[in-house]
Amino acid sequence: MMASSYNAKDEDGNITVSGPGGGALRSKKPENTAFKQQRLPAWQPILTAGTVLPAFFGIGLFFIPIGIGLYVTSNNIKELEIDYTGSDMSSPCFNCSQSFSWNSTKPCTCTIPFHLDQPYDSNVFMYYGLSNFYQNHRRYVKSRDDSQLNGDSGSLMKPSKECEPYAYFEKKPIAPCGAIANSMFNDTLELFYNNPNGTKVKIPLTSTGIAWWTDKHVKFRNPGGSNPNFTAVFQGTAKPVNWRRPVYELDSDPENNGFINEDFIVWMRTAALPTFRKLYRIIQKKDDLLPTLPRGSYTLEVVYNYPVRSFEGRKRMILSTISWMGGKNPFLGIAYITVGSVCFFLGVILLIIHHKYGNRSNSADISS
Amino acid sequence: MGSVVSYFSQLCGTKQKQEEERHLRANDRPFNLSYRYANNAIKTSKYNVFTFLPLNLFEQFRRLANAYFLVLFLLQLIPQISSLAWFTTAIPLMLVLAITAVKDASDDINRHKSDNQVNNRRVDVLIDEELRNEKWMNVQVGDMIKLENNQFVTADLLLLSSSEPLNLVYIETAELDGETNLKVKQALTVTGEMGDSIDVLAGFRGEVRCEPPNNRLDKFKGTLTVNGQTYALDNDKVLLRGCTLRNTEWCFGLVIFGGPDTKLMQNSGKTTFKRTSIDHLMNVLVLCIFGFLASMCSILAIGNAVWEGREGSAFTAFLPREPGIDAALSSFLSFWSYVIILNTVVPISLYVSVEIIRLGNSFYIDWDRKMYYPKSDTPAQARTTTLNEELGQIKYIFSDKTGTLTQNIMTFNKCSINGKVYGELFDFSGQRVEITEKTERVDFSWNQLADPKFIFHDHSLMETVREGNPEAHAFFRLLALCHTVMPEEKKEGELYYQAQSPDEGALVTAARNFGFVFRSRTPETITVMEMGIQVTYELLAVLDFNNVRKRMSVIVRSPKGKLTLYCKGADTIIYERLHPSCKTLMDVTTRHLHEYAGDGLRTLVLAYKDLDVDYMDEWGERHHEASTAMEGREERLDELYEEIEKDMLLLGATAVEDKLQDGVPQTIEQLAKAGIKIWVLTGDKQETAENIGYSCNMLREEMKEVFIVAANTAEGVKEELQNARRKMCPEAAEKPSVIKARAGLFWLQKTETIQDETVNGEYGLVINGHSLAFALEKNLQWELLRTACMCQTVICCRVTPLQKAQVVQLVKKYKQAVTLAIGDGANDVSMIKAAHIGVGISGQEGMQAVLSSDYSFAQFRYLQRLLLVHGRWSYLRMCKFLRYFFYKNFTFTFVHFWYAFFCGFSAQTVYDEWFITLYNLVYTALPVLGLSLFDQDVNDRWSFQYPQLYCPGQLSLYFNKKAFVQCMLHSCYSSLILLYIPWAAMQDTVRDDGKDIADYQSFALLAQTCLLIVVNIQLCLDTYYWTAVNQFFVWGSLAAYFAITFTMYSNGMFFIFTSSFPFVGTARNSLNQPNVWLTIFLTLLLCILPVVAFRFILIQLRPTINDKVRRKVRKEKLPAPAPRRPPARRISTRRSGYAFSHSHGYGDLVTSRRFLLKRPLRNRAVLFTQTDSPLAENQPQHYRTIKEVSEESTSP
Repeated sequence: MMASSYNAKDEDGNITVSGPGGGALRSKKPENTAFKQQRLPAWQPILTAGTVLPAFFGIGLFFIPIGIGLYVTSNNIKELEIDYTGSDMSSPCFNCSQSFSWNSTKPCTCTIPFHLDQPYDSNVFMYYGLSNFYQNHRRYVKSRDDSQLNGDSGSLMKPSKECEPYAYFEKKPIAPCGAIANSMFNDTLELFYNNPNGTKVKIPLTSTGIAWWTDKHVKFRNPGGSNPNFTAVFQGTAKPVNWRRPVYELDSDPENNGFINEDFIVWMRTAALPTFRKLYRIIQKKDDLLPTLPRGSYTLEVVYNYPVRSFEGRKRMILSTISWMGGKNPFLGIAYITVGSVCFFLGVILLIIHHKYGNRSNSADISS
Repeated sequence: MGSVVSYFSQLCGTKQKQEEERHLRANDRPFNLSYRYANNAIKTSKYNVFTFLPLNLFEQFRRLANAYFLVLFLLQLIPQISSLAWFTTAIPLMLVLAITAVKDASDDINRHKSDNQVNNRRVDVLIDEELRNEKWMNVQVGDMIKLENNQFVTADLLLLSSSEPLNLVYIETAELDGETNLKVKQALTVTGEMGDSIDVLAGFRGEVRCEPPNNRLDKFKGTLTVNGQTYALDNDKVLLRGCTLRNTEWCFGLVIFGGPDTKLMQNSGKTTFKRTSIDHLMNVLVLCIFGFLASMCSILAIGNAVWEGREGSAFTAFLPREPGIDAALSSFLSFWSYVIILNTVVPISLYVSVEIIRLGNSFYIDWDRKMYYPKSDTPAQARTTTLNEELGQIKYIFSDKTGTLTQNIMTFNKCSINGKVYGELFDFSGQRVEITEKTERVDFSWNQLADPKFIFHDHSLMETVREGNPEAHAFFRLLALCHTVMPEEKKEGELYYQAQSPDEGALVTAARNFGFVFRSRTPETITVMEMGIQVTYELLAVLDFNNVRKRMSVIVRSPKGKLTLYCKGADTIIYERLHPSCKTLMDVTTRHLHEYAGDGLRTLVLAYKDLDVDYMDEWGERHHEASTAMEGREERLDELYEEIEKDMLLLGATAVEDKLQDGVPQTIEQLAKAGIKIWVLTGDKQETAENIGYSCNMLREEMKEVFIVAANTAEGVKEELQNARRKMCPEAAEKPSVIKARAGLFWLQKTETIQDETVNGEYGLVINGHSLAFALEKNLQWELLRTACMCQTVICCRVTPLQKAQVVQLVKKYKQAVTLAIGDGANDVSMIKAAHIGVGISGQEGMQAVLSSDYSFAQFRYLQRLLLVHGRWSYLRMCKFLRYFFYKNFTFTFVHFWYAFFCGFSAQTVYDEWFITLYNLVYTALPVLGLSLFDQDVNDRWSFQYPQLYCPGQLSLYFNKKAFVQCMLHSCYSSLILLYIPWAAMQDTVRDDGKDIADYQSFALLAQTCLLIVVNIQLCLDTYYWTAVNQFFVWGSLAAYFAITFTMYSNGMFFIFTSSFPFVGTARNSLNQPNVWLTIFLTLLLCILPVVAFRFILIQLRPTINDKVRRKVRKEKLPAPAPRRPPARRISTRRSGYAFSHSHGYGDLVTSRRFLLKRPLRNRAVLFTQTDSPLAENQPQHYRTIKEVSEESTSP
C-alpha cells in the first residue's frame, strides 16, 4: 500500500516536529465565525396553513376586482376593424388584389364604406394590421443594418452582410438595406366622413408622433447629420427593390424624411408575432364638444400597393381609442378574474384538506 | 541533463529506451553520466511558462462539456446556422476556461514551489575527496552522500556504512508505507568497514549492477563488486527516498536511483478518480437531455420543413431564400440552429457551479470547529473536494477497530490480588465512585524509574505493595518478568518499552510504577529493580504464547537460586491448570473476572509455580532436545509445556482497558438510528473484536443471537451461514431475490442488486478471517451477503487488508449502496480506496491511511458530524441545486420551443441575445449558489436529534430520475405560461399612447423579465434558510438585471456599439406601461401558485420527515438536551481475552541475539525526541508496536 499520489511536500510529512525552543506552533483550530461554522442568523419560513390560506384568499379577493376593472376598461375601448385584403369576390379590393404586380405604375385604388355605430371620443388611432406575416422570422429580423439606419456613412455605402440579398442593387448599396426595409408596408389609407348631406369630408390624419421617441431620436438618424440636402446625402445609393420612391422622398417634411420617416420607423420595429398591427395615423381630437369621429358612415380609400395574397396574408385597417391600459384586449381582465376565482376556490379546498388531514399530520409523531 | 531528457520524454509522451539493467560505479561521475540516468531533481509540475497555454487548453478541451461548447461555438460561426451571436457561447466558455486555467496555474505554481523546496534541500555529498554541501537536485547517480540523524533520505541509496554497531541504521518509513515503527537496515561488512573515513570512502570504487527503476518497495536485487569480489544486494541494504533516518548518528550511502527513478516517485501513480452517485446520475441525465435535445430539434426541423413548404415558399416575396437553400436544406440547417438555441438545457455553468458548491461544502468541513481535535491540533480535512454529497447517502460503514474505534491505548485499570480487588474507589457508604479526570491520582514520585504518564487512582494498592505484601510482590514480579517487552534506556533512568502488544506494555509499565521495574534483558537474563534493589534473574525458558495455548510462561532462576515458573494467560486456560488448593481463591477471582468483563475490560489471570531443581534440570534437557528436533518440534514442545504448566498457584487477575475513543458508542448508536449499517473489519482476534463490539454497543445483550462463523472448510462456512439465515428468517427463500438492471452511461453496465430482507429482532454476526476467505468465494458470496445484511451488526475479525477491500467491494457490487470505509493504518488503505468514500483517522499509525483517504479527522466520533450534518446538508444542497438548476434552464429553453411555432421554426430567440449570454452567468448564478451553499433544513443540533433525517439520502429521494422528470414537467408548465400569458396579453395591444408594444423587442423584454422573476421566486420557495447573503443575492440579482438591462438598452451603449445593442429604448418604453406590469404579475402568480398549493397539499397529506422536524423546530426552537446515557451496564456473560496481536509470539526473538545489541549508553540529545505525532506527548502510556524485522509485504 503506497502513497498513490505523490506530492513533494508530503515527503516532509504532515507531522510537525516541534523542537525545543522552536516556538509555539500556530494552532490549526478553525476560526469561530458564524459563517465558517454555518451559524449565520437566518429566517426559516415554512408553508403553514397560517400563511398559505390567507395568501390564497387574499390573492383571490385582490384579483377579482382588478380583473373586473380591467375588463370594464377594455370593454369601454371602441374599436373597429376592417379587413380589406380583397381575397373575397365581394370585396371592393378584389380586383386590386388580383391584378397586383410590383412593376405596375398605375396605382390601384379601392373604396370601402363602413359605418360607425358609436361616436369615437378622444383621439382615435388608425392602425394597419397584417396577418400571417412573419416579421419575427429569424432571417427577416436580422436582415437590417442598425449602423446604416443610425446614419453611419460607412455603413450607408457598405451595408452589413446581414442585409443580403437586399444589400446591393446593381452594385449600388441599398439604403435602407435588408428585407425588413424592402418589405415596408406601402398601402395608402385615407378616411372620409360621409356627411349626411352627401359630401365626403376627408378626415385629417396626423402622420407624426406614431413612433417611439427613442427610435425617432436615437435609433434612427439620417446620414450627413443635419444636412437637409438628402439627395446629396444618399448620393450613390439605390432604393430598396420593392420601393417606388427612394428613402429621401418618403415625405416632404425634412423632420420626417429619410431614415427618420415615422412610417418607416414603425415598420422597422418588427413584430413579435405573425399577426400584428402597427400604428398608421392619429386622428387628433380637435374640438372638446364634438366627438373625433361622430356616428355615421365613412369611406376608407385604399391605394392598394401591398401584396399579401401570395402567402395568404390579411390586411386590416383598425380604428381604436385607447385607455390607460392601452388598446382593447379583454384577456388581462378575464385572466385576472379567472385567476382570482381559482385562487379563492383553491383556498377553500386547501382549507378543507387542512382541516381534514392537517391536524392529523400535525400531531403525528416523528418516527419512521 | 537527465532532467532535460526526462523532461522531453515526458513532453513527447514517449519513454526513452527501456532500461534493462542499471550499472554504476561509485565515485566515478563521468562513467555514470555516460548512462544518462536521471539525476535527483524531481518534477511534479505539469507546465512551464511556454507550455502552459497549449497544454492546459488541450487538457481542458478533453473534457466533454468543454468540447461540446467548442463545437457549439464553431457551429455559431456558420452564418446560415448561427441563430445566436457568437458571444452567447464564447463568453461563458472563455470565462470557464479562464477560471479553470487560473486554478490549474496556481496549483502548478504550488507544485513548482514544493518541487523547488525539495530540490533545494541540502545534503553532504562526497565529491573530489571532500564532503560538499550540495542541493538535492544536483546529486547524481553514483554519488556518495552522508546522511545525519533525522534527515530525509535524499535518493534511493545503497547503505555503505553507519555510525552504529554492525553497520545498522534505523529508518522510519511512515511516508513510504505508513508504518511508524523503526526498521533496521544493515550494510555489507565489506563496505561497513570503511566507517566515516573520507579518504577510504573517496577511494571506494565499487560497481553496482541492479534492477532498473521500478515501484516495488519491498524488493531489490543487485550486486556489488568490490575489488573483484561480488556481493549480493537485497532490500535490507537499501535506503529509500521518503524515509527518515532515526537513532543513527550518521551513515553513508551510494545513490542508485535518483529523482524520478526513486521507488517513491515510481509509486506516485495516478489516484483513481472517485465519482459520486450524483455524478453518475448526472451523466445519465445529461445523456437523456442530449437525446431530448435531439428530439426537440428534430421536431422543430420537421416543423421548419413543413413551414418552408407551405408558408415560406409563398413568403419569398418578402423574405427570399438564400441562394442554394431549399426547404430540405433549410430544415437541416434549422436543426443545428435549434441545437445552438436549445443548448442551454445542458449549460456549461452547471459543471462550474457543481464544482464551486462542492468546494464550498468542503471548506465547511475544514472549518468546522466541532471536528477539530485540540489534543493533536488536528482539524478535519476534506482531502477530496468532489465527493461531498455522497456523504449524505452512506448506507454501509466499514470500520477498522484498532486506532479507529479504540485509541490503541491500553491502561492497566484494575487488578485482583489474592482475592482482593484494587483499582476501584468507594465512598464512605461503600458506593462505587466514578473515576474522573479530577480524581486524585496515586503519587509515584518515590519511584525514580516510574513512568510519569501512568495513572492509577487506588491508593490502597500502593500501600499494600509498600507494606511488603508477598502476594502483591509476586504479582508485580510476574508482570515484570513474564513478557516479551524490549527495554530501551537511552539515558540513565529514561526507560522506554517496546512491546509487541499494547496490553503487555501496559502490564509491564504497571509493574514498573509499583516498584518492579523491568530494566534490561539479555538472552539469558532479565534485570529488574525490585523496590529499588537491582535483581538479575536468569531466564531459563520462555514458553511462548500462541493462539492455541493462550498463555505465556517464563521460567526464571532468582539470584538465590529459586526456580519459578510464571504464567499469565486467558482465565479459562489457566483455571484448568491450577492446583486444587486454590479453589476458594478461584471462586473469588472468578467473581472479579465477571465484574471486569462486565466493564468491558480485557482480563488476564496470573499464576506461578515453584519448581524443583532436579525436575527442572531434567525438563530443561528434554526441552533442549525438543527444540532442536527436526521432526515434530512443535508438538513435542507443546507437550513439554503442557507438562510443566500445571498445578500452578493463582496469584490474581489483571484488567486492562482497551480504551475506546470518546463517544464511540454514542456515535454508533446515532449512526444506527440514521439507518447506517456498521461493519467492523479488524485484524484483531475474535475475542478482542467481540469485546469491543460489546463495549461500543454494537453487540448488545438484547440481541437474540450473535452468530459466529469460524468454520475451516467451504462447506462448513456455507452451513453456518445458512443456519444463521434460517434461524433469523425461516420463511426466506433459498435463492436470494436479485434485481437485475442496467445502469450507467449508455446502460452498458449490468447491475445485480440483492434485496434487503426483513428480520424480526436483532442479530449479530461475527465471522473469522479464514471463514471469510471461503465466504468471499464466488459461490458463497451471496450467501454471506444475505446473512450479513440481515444482521444488525457484522464483525469480521482477523481479516487481511485485501479481504477488507473484498468485503467492501462485495457490498458495493451487490447492494448498489454507498459505502464508507474508515481506518487509520496502512492495513486499511485498500479498503479506504475501495469504498466510495474513504475516511482516514489521523491518529498514531502514520499518515498512510490519511494520505489515501478522501476525508480525515482525528476522532471516530466526528464521523457522525461528517455524515449527519455535513453530508446531509451537502446532499440536500446538491439536490436542491440540481433540481432548481434544471428547472431554471429547462424553463428558459422550453420557451424557445413554444415560440418556434410562432416564428416559422426559424430558430428566432425569444430573448435578447445578451440576456441569453448573461442569464446563467450573472442573473441567476449567485442566488442559486447562495441556495446551495447556505441552505439547511434544520440546524446541526436538530440533525443530531433526529438522525432519521439522514434516511432520505440513502434512498436518493431528493434527486433521482423521477424528480428530474418532475422538474421537466414543471418547467414545461412554467414555460407555457411564460410564453402564452405575455402572448395573449400583448397581442394586438398598444401602449397607452397608441404606439407599438407588441413588437419583438418589447415582447422579448417582457418574456425575459417574467422568466427571471419567476425563477427567482421559485428559488425563494425552495430556500429553507434565509441568511442575509441569500437575500442579498436574490435581490441583488434582480436589481442587477434591471440595472444591466437599462444600461444595455441605453442611448450611450447604442452609440458606442450600434450593432450589438439594438434594443435601445425598449426598457424605457415598455416597462413604464401598467399593462406590462399587470402581465408580469399575472405570469408570476400563475407560475408560482400551483407550486405553493401542491407543496402545501403534500405537507398536509404526506409530510416528509423533513417537514415534520421543521414544524417541530418552529414550535420548540431548541432541541431538548439529549438524555443522559445510563451508566455502564453490567453484562452477565464473561468475555475475556488475551489480546496479543495475532502474530505468533515473540519469544524466539527475545532469546535470539538479533535485537539485543549492546549499545553504549551515550547521551544523544536528539534521539527519540521525535514522536509520531504531538499526540504521543499528551497521552499516557503509548507503546510502539514492534513488528518483526522480516518485513511483511506491504505492496499489493
